[in-house]
Parts: sequence; structure tokens; C-alpha cells
Amino acid sequence: MSHHLVEVRDLHFTYPDGTDVLKGVSFRITHGESVALVGANGAGKSTLLLHLNGYLTPTRGEVRIGDAPLTRATVVSARRAVGMVFQDPDDQLFMPTVFEDVAFGPLNAGLPPNEIEHRVVSALERVGMSHLRNRPPYKLSAGEKRAVAIATVLAMSPDVLVMDEPSAHLDPRGRRRLIELLASFKHTKIIATHDLEFVVELCSRVIVLDDGKVMAEGPTVELLNDEALMLAHGLERPHSLRHLHPH
Amino acid sequence: MDELGRLDTPVHRLDARAKVITTLIFIVVVMSFPRYEVSALMPFFLYPFTLLALGRIPFGYIFRKILIAVPFALVIGMFNPLLDRQTIASVGAWSISGGWLSFASIMLRFFLTVSAALALIACTGIHRLGAGLERMCVPQVFVVQLLFLYRYLFVVADEGARMMRSMELRSAGPRSLRLRVYGSLVGHLFLRSMDRADRVYRAMVSRGFSTVGGSASGGNGEIRVLCQTSFRWTDWAFIGGWTAFFAVARIWNLANALGRMVAGGGS
Amino acid sequence: MHMADALINPAVGGTMWIVTAGLIAYCARKVKQTMNDKLVPMMGVLGAFIFAAMMINFSIPGTGSSGHLGGGLILTILLGPYAAFLAISSVLVVQAFFFADGGLLALGCNIFNLGFFPAFIAYPFIYRAIARDEHGTLRAWIAAIVAAVVGLQLGAFGVVLETKASGISELPFGAFVLLMQPIHLAIGIVEGLATAAVVAFVARARPEALFAARADEESQNSLRPVLIGLLIATVIVGGAASWFASTHPDGLEWSIVKVSGKEEVSGTEDNLHKGLGRIQEKTAFLPDYGFKSTEPEAAPAEKTAAEPEPWPAISAGTSLSGIAGGLITLGLAGLIGFALKARHAGV
Repeated sequence: MSHHLVEVRDLHFTYPDGTDVLKGVSFRITHGESVALVGANGAGKSTLLLHLNGYLTPTRGEVRIGDAPLTRATVVSARRAVGMVFQDPDDQLFMPTVFEDVAFGPLNAGLPPNEIEHRVVSALERVGMSHLRNRPPYKLSAGEKRAVAIATVLAMSPDVLVMDEPSAHLDPRGRRRLIELLASFKHTKIIATHDLEFVVELCSRVIVLDDGKVMAEGPTVELLNDEALMLAHGLERPHSLRHLHPH
Repeated sequence: MDELGRLDTPVHRLDARAKVITTLIFIVVVMSFPRYEVSALMPFFLYPFTLLALGRIPFGYIFRKILIAVPFALVIGMFNPLLDRQTIASVGAWSISGGWLSFASIMLRFFLTVSAALALIACTGIHRLGAGLERMCVPQVFVVQLLFLYRYLFVVADEGARMMRSMELRSAGPRSLRLRVYGSLVGHLFLRSMDRADRVYRAMVSRGFSTVGGSASGGNGEIRVLCQTSFRWTDWAFIGGWTAFFAVARIWNLANALGRMVAGGGS
Repeated sequence: MHMADALINPAVGGTMWIVTAGLIAYCARKVKQTMNDKLVPMMGVLGAFIFAAMMINFSIPGTGSSGHLGGGLILTILLGPYAAFLAISSVLVVQAFFFADGGLLALGCNIFNLGFFPAFIAYPFIYRAIARDEHGTLRAWIAAIVAAVVGLQLGAFGVVLETKASGISELPFGAFVLLMQPIHLAIGIVEGLATAAVVAFVARARPEALFAARADEESQNSLRPVLIGLLIATVIVGGAASWFASTHPDGLEWSIVKVSGKEEVSGTEDNLHKGLGRIQEKTAFLPDYGFKSTEPEAAPAEKTAAEPEPWPAISAGTSLSGIAGGLITLGLAGLIGFALKARHAGV
């Protein structure tokens, strides 16, 4: 069974205080795709992401990971399949050392100690942060924190990587490194972001979310070049695309 | 402090439990001296000094940390000279009241115990300490609580400091706030902390943390502190050696003995 | 109100360690039983919040001074007694270990004074009783102030009792009480105001947050084990303290033979003068305090000392050897330290 497939069907979500955040979202992301979820603040991106690993339960509609719907019974395997990298690495890195943080997921999965060690080492190597293994996470730079946060997820060997604003708070060099790192991954990727330049470099497809609904969906260059569409949903046509010929 | 805790020296490599136990024995022995004891306390400085030196911890740094905590001991201790004016000793032209003697003793003990505690932390580091405590049967919930608290201490403090800064930039007055403003500022800080706890929880759940569902979920709601330490002979030697030294220094006043030797040799 | 190790004797410190360790174990089990696994990060982050909140001051109405939040009451209101007790304990542990604020031996006392009273006395019997489920009303403000005052008064009294039982500080019981209680009355009112202000704001801004962190609300009778435990603890502490006070006035004076030729001095109020009398007898060759035999060697030694260090001298000779020996030992300890350090720097 391939877990690489992510499908959302007519997803509705209302917070307990009555706010309708998602009003019928549907999309399908297939194996190996790299898809950007763009939209202004409050469009419902983060809420949507929290459904993808079952942290929130839809009011209506369903999420399918692989070929199975996400239910209480499948939530454990879904969480293993979908690796979630949160916006603030300080929230994601809560253990005393980098090593323990990366080991947290594998430990919870009940893996044997030598397998955990192996996973941690290779995840840290993958993101180029092996030298930080005994450091406390909060002493790291923003870029290092981000890389380690990604390693914590990689150590669970997910099929799908879901990221919320991965380029936030990074300086240009850190951002460049992150782009290179993410581009090297074979995983299915779902990236929620405002950083449209980032999208241009990493994603082949874009889903525009506004007011809890999918407003547009299509190839990156085509959609982001649509000035009217971008402005209508609180976004902006990326500069890099202005210098490209639109055809 | 964390930087120091991460150093890799022979002292750092000792099992955290050995250092915790030895330090506790140290403190108990130091505090067991009668109240007017001064000279017999001196040999005990050897313990924190050795720990700091072998752990390559800068003395000045620890000393500054101790000084910060001095006022409390001073406040309580300073009543002794005022209240206990009976002269019980005299040195040369000075007659010394019991109050001053016990005051000096309090201050000495204070320096000893505080420096030992700081040396313990500086030579152990929070994560080793957490692992050690867990193996000393401290409830796991509490060990995890310590680690989480320590982890978010500076994160939340930074958040508070940023709020204070932006508030100060917009108010010409003094630092203290009116109660209403205070309530909303600290209340906001609380709400932000709650939000952060929520996000941390999300991140934990995303990586398989769950207390409900038991073994089916893979996780059983426990956070394991992953830090391999095992008790080796050096740890036993550390505890044993120091305990023996403490016992000797407790029974015989080494300082006086040494002094008599010197004075005797002089005369 | 954090007690330092220097004021506690091992008997009192040890007893309070055992009492608090028991409480922590009990609370840890309770928290685990709630199955609210959100509490794990919540307790940690809110502990950090208390740290940060203590840095922020507000001006006390009608006075020129300022105050800040105390930890105990507000954490209990936000987290419920069990989780709050653990959170307060962890805050005090970190303060003791990392900020040298409060001693290690005194840790048990400090956790008990600052954690037990607000969480298990002031909150259930006073705050809940007065405020019921109201927030931000006059009732809730009064509840917070009264609860904070009572919690702190009990805590301050705990400090007095523990210090007295240890017999290291010279302060008479009555004077100590008169010193501690009024100060903590003021601090309690301030803490109550701050607590109520924050709770009122949260109740207005996001009421659900007030209950989100709470472990399952306990019924009153689940407090019974805690109170029984407290009773037992009181008996133990009282027993131990009075035993030590009566048989070993000077704290834990193990029957160790003192071979150094020095005298131990007894300590409780009643025994003090007797003890001093004994000392005077021993220093018989200088019976008159007015008469001071000047020791030529001793005076310069005294001047070179960084602080005028007094010695429990029986004779001038002993005092000289005490000074010399003490300084030499201190020097030796320092020297060994620096030598070890230098060797390492060289490596």
C-alpha cells in the first residue's frame, strides 16, 4: 500500500467557538508531487494541515492518506506516513538535546535502540546537522533549528512531508540551503507558505486557498503569473516570474 | 550554564547520580556542624573547587552567580550578631561575640552549599541530570516537567521581555504598570504560553506521542530521556572517596590540626 | 521567601525532603491518572510563564512601590492542584539549581512552603470556596486576595518554624514571626491583586483557556489523602524537630568525638546561656572579658584576613592555629583547584 497519496474530499471544519474555517476543500496529491498551498493569512492553511495527520477531525468530509480514510483506527499509521514540520521550530524541538529530539518519534514508534540510533544518525546526516547532535535545540540558529526540525520528521521515515511556512525567519543563505535540501527529497511534499518565490523554486503545482475554499489549482508558473488571481486572494505575483516569458 | 554542562571532562562523564548523591552528602555534612563552627568548614571547599577545576568551569562565573544569591543569607544571618552579643572567643585584641561567629559560619555554609550545587549543575548539565534523576526513581512526570520547564524558560522569558520592551517604547513613565495594564500584559503572556503549549502538544502528537490508545498507538504517553549512563567503578570511587573525605573532615578539624602543626613548628 | 541551605539543619531539611518527595510522587500519579496528555507540555510552558511573569512588575495603587505575580496560586487556578504542585516544584528546583535561589537541602522546605499551601490549602478551601466559578467579579478578586494572603501567611509561618527547628538563626521565635508575617501580608495582597488581574483578563479575553489546562476538577474528598499525609508529616516533623531541639540543641550534632580540642556550643534559647557559661569556664584563663591579652602573632594574622573571621577559640593558641589552619586549608583547597585547572588547560 502506498501512503504517498493524499486526498481531501469536501473538507469542512468549524472550531468549537463557531468559526467556519474550512468550507468544502477538495484536492488530490499524488506520489512524488510537490504542491504549494498558498493563501493570505486566515485562509485556513494551518487548519487544513492539521487535518492531514489527524490532529483535527473534520466536521464534514474526509481525508485519505494512501488508500485509506483517516479515522481513529488509522490515525497512528497516518501520523507515521505524514511527517509534519511546524512553523516555529521552538515548538517542534522540545527535548533537551538535538539527538533526543530526533529520537522522540522513533522512540514512540517502539523501535529497538540500535534502529533508533541508526535513524537519528541518518536523519541528521541527511540535513547536514550531525555535528549538532548533543547541542540543546534552543541554542541553534534559525536555519539550524529548521533543519533539525526536518530531521525529527525524517527520522520517522514518512512518505509525505507537510510543512507550514518552512522559510519563515530564515536569512537568505538559510533559505537557499533549505530550498536545496527540500529539492533533494523524493517525498511527496505539501508546503503551506506565503513565500511565493520559494514556491516557484520548489513546487510544480499550486493550490490557492481563500476563505476556507480552494479558489484555483494548477501548474505553479501559470497560476502565480495570473496577477488578477493573486491580488484577489491577498497574494502577489512573484518577481522572478515577471522576468520570464509567460509562454 | 548549558555550554558548561555540555563539556566533556572526566567530571562530566561521571554518572549524574554519583554527583547528585555526593553533593547531597556534602550538604548534609556541612550543615551538620554546630552553629559556631568556622575553621572546620574550610576543608570542605576542596569539594566544589575540585569539581569546578576538573570540570573546567570558570571560577569567576560561579562566584558571580553565588554573589547574586547572597542577600537572603545576609538578611537572616545579620540578626545573629545583633542578638547574640555574648563574647565567646577572643582573638588578640578582639573579643568575638557568638553572633558574629555564627554569622560567619552561616555565610561560610552558604558559600559552600551554593557553590557545590552550582558546580553540580555546571558539571552535569540538565539533560544528564534529568536522566540521572529518572533513574533515581524520581517520577517520570516530574522529570519531564523539569526538562520542559527548562526548555521553554528562555523562550517564554524572551517573549515577556519583548512585550515589556514594546510597552516601554510606548510609555514615557516608569517601569511599573498600572494594575489593569499589568493584568492584560501578563494575561496576554499567559495566552501566548497556552498557545505555545498547544503547538508543542501538536508537534508531540504528530510524532506519535499519545497516552490514550496504549500500546496500539505505539507510544504509551511516556517521554523517555535518552541518555545512556551506567554506574561504573569511577562513580563508586567518586562517591566513596568524597564521603570518606567528608567523614574525616567532619570528625577531625583538619584546619585546626594543620594550624597547630604550622604554629607548633613556628614556636 | 526562598530559604537558603545555610539556615536549615539536616534533620529539618531531610524531613521536608521526604514530605515533599511523597507529595510529588502522589501528584505525579494523580496527573498521570487524568490521562490528559496535553498537561505535559502545558505544565512545562506554564512553569516557564511563571518565571517570565515574575520579571514583570506593576505599581501598587496608593504606594510608591511595585509588585509582581507569585507562582503558587495562579498556577493552581490555571492547572488544578496536582499539576500546579508539580509545576511549582519544578520552578523551585530550577531556581535552586540554576539560579542559586534557595538551597538544595532547603528545597523540600521551599517546595512545601510555596507549593503545598497555595495548591492544597489556599486554593481548595479559600479560593474555590469564595470565588466558586466566577472570574473577574468582585467576589473573585476578594477570593484571590484572601487566598494569596492565607497561602503566603502559612508559607511564611512554615519558614519560621523550619528555621526555628533548625536552630541556626539566632532570631527569637516571636521576633521572627513579627518580622515575617506582616511582610508577607503585604506581599500576599499584592500577589492576590496580580493573580486576580491576570485571571480577570483571561476570563474576558478567552474564557475557555482558563479551563483548557485544568486537570479534571477534583472533588473535595480527593483531597483527603493529602490532608492525612500532611497530618502524618506534621507529626513526623514536629516529633523530629522537638527531639533534636531537646537532645541535640545544636541541630544534628552526631555523637562524634571532637578531638580537635574545640568545644561545641549548645544552641536553643534555653540552653544558650548554659552553653556560653560552659565556654566561659573553658576559657577560664581569660575569665574577664574586659581583660584582653594581646597576642602579638594573632593581630597581624587577623588583619591580613579578608574579613575579620572569628574563631571558636578556647585559648589564644587554639585561635591562632585556627586562623592559620583555616586560611591555609582554604588556600590549599584553592591551590589544588587551580592546579587541577592549570593541568587541564595545559592538556
